[in-house]
Amino acid sequence: MTRHEWPLFEVFVRAKRGLNHVHVGSLRAADHEMALHHARDLYTRRNEGVSIWVVRSDAVAASDPADKEAFFTPSSDKVYRHPTHYAIPDNVPHI
Amino acid sequence: MTSFDSAAARSDAGAARIDSAGAGLDAGVARFDEAIARDQRIEPADDMPEGYRRTMVRQIAQHAHSEIIGMQPEGEWITRAPTLRRKAILLAKVQDEAGHGLYLYSAAETLGADRGDLTRRLIEGRQKYSSIFNYPTRSFADVGVIGWLVDGAAICNQVPLCRSSYGPYARAMIRICKEESFHQRQGYELLMTMMRGTPAQREMVQDSVDRWWWPSLMMFGPPDADSPNTAQSMAWKIKRHTNDELRQRFVDMTVPQAEALGVTLPDPGLRWNAERGHHDFGQPDWDELRRVISGDGPMNAQRLRRRREADEDGAWVREAAAAHAAASSPAVSSTGVSSPAASSAASILEGER
Repeated sequence: MTRHEWPLFEVFVRAKRGLNHVHVGSLRAADHEMALHHARDLYTRRNEGVSIWVVRSDAVAASDPADKEAFFTPSSDKVYRHPTHYAIPDNVPHI
Repeated sequence: MTSFDSAAARSDAGAARIDSAGAGLDAGVARFDEAIARDQRIEPADDMPEGYRRTMVRQIAQHAHSEIIGMQPEGEWITRAPTLRRKAILLAKVQDEAGHGLYLYSAAETLGADRGDLTRRLIEGRQKYSSIFNYPTRSFADVGVIGWLVDGAAICNQVPLCRSSYGPYARAMIRICKEESFHQRQGYELLMTMMRGTPAQREMVQDSVDRWWWPSLMMFGPPDADSPNTAQSMAWKIKRHTNDELRQRFVDMTVPQAEALGVTLPDPGLRWNAERGHHDFGQPDWDELRRVISGDGPMNAQRLRRRREADEDGAWVREAAAAHAAASSPAVSSTGVSSPAASSAASILEGER
């Protein structure tokens, strides 16, 4: 028997107003509407959220771990981006 | 939060092949070893040894299958629950088991496995599930005892898995453990209610404890001396305690609960050992565990048959939903995952029986 696999969706839940949507997992569904219903049943059975996003997994572009250095190393060189890089005398208040 | 787990696993499927061709392999292994040594989590897109990936897929899949098959023993009592309250509780609990199975299939898919394929492996008997679900539920007291002992043992096993080195599995386990606490408490409360009832009800509880005690101890797996994979799993930090350590912890936790409930645990050798600071207890019948695991338990055939029937009976629904989605919005009608993931799943699982 050939199986009709539904596509994979990534699920994001906003736990409460004022917070970002956070990735919680994935699920299979035939379309976006079903994905939302499944996400409600699967990831918010106990008041875990007030809003849900679903995104087709194959629509997500992710950084490749092989590019990790090119992606993320330069930011660690730039110490001058951090407030602690700057010496301010102790007698200067509120800065 | 890290990357988009499942999607990342897909892009990783290509990267893994390039690595195995040569260039980045050593660096990848070094990064993996360092992450494990520093107790960091491994995420889907990270390089990982093929053995680690295969072991994780198998462990997560077996866990997922256990949750799904685990719906059956208690599900049989939904229509026969004695009150509306008990029925609502039991429905919610069985729905949770389904949810746990789906969290775990989701985690397995981050490793390039495909959940349809995993389901097929379960139905064809090529992947296992927990031996405990191959025992019958003979009375409503079994619903309480499963919550108390079986879910109690599951909690002992699962709390350390919240620190599993594989990130998506650890995160799924955190969700699951939160919900398991409800399962155990509703079971214990049910038993307390029955123990306050008639002599016949108390007998029913004791009979149920007698039948489930030894199978519950078997849930921790064979004794350490007969558990050859434990050392590797502990080195990879996908297992944090040995089978015997967890079994001891479960016995020590359960004894005072049994006393409070007023039931007797059916082990004449069970007694406090002040020197060790633990209870001594007897060994389960390991031959029985071997028989049940290899398919010869009281309910193995029925459990798999019902899972197969549910899959077959649901096929037209899955097809109809896919057809409806294709007709109403061709852009989202794809019927499969991208091919790199599919081929990687096939290669991952090739090693299994």
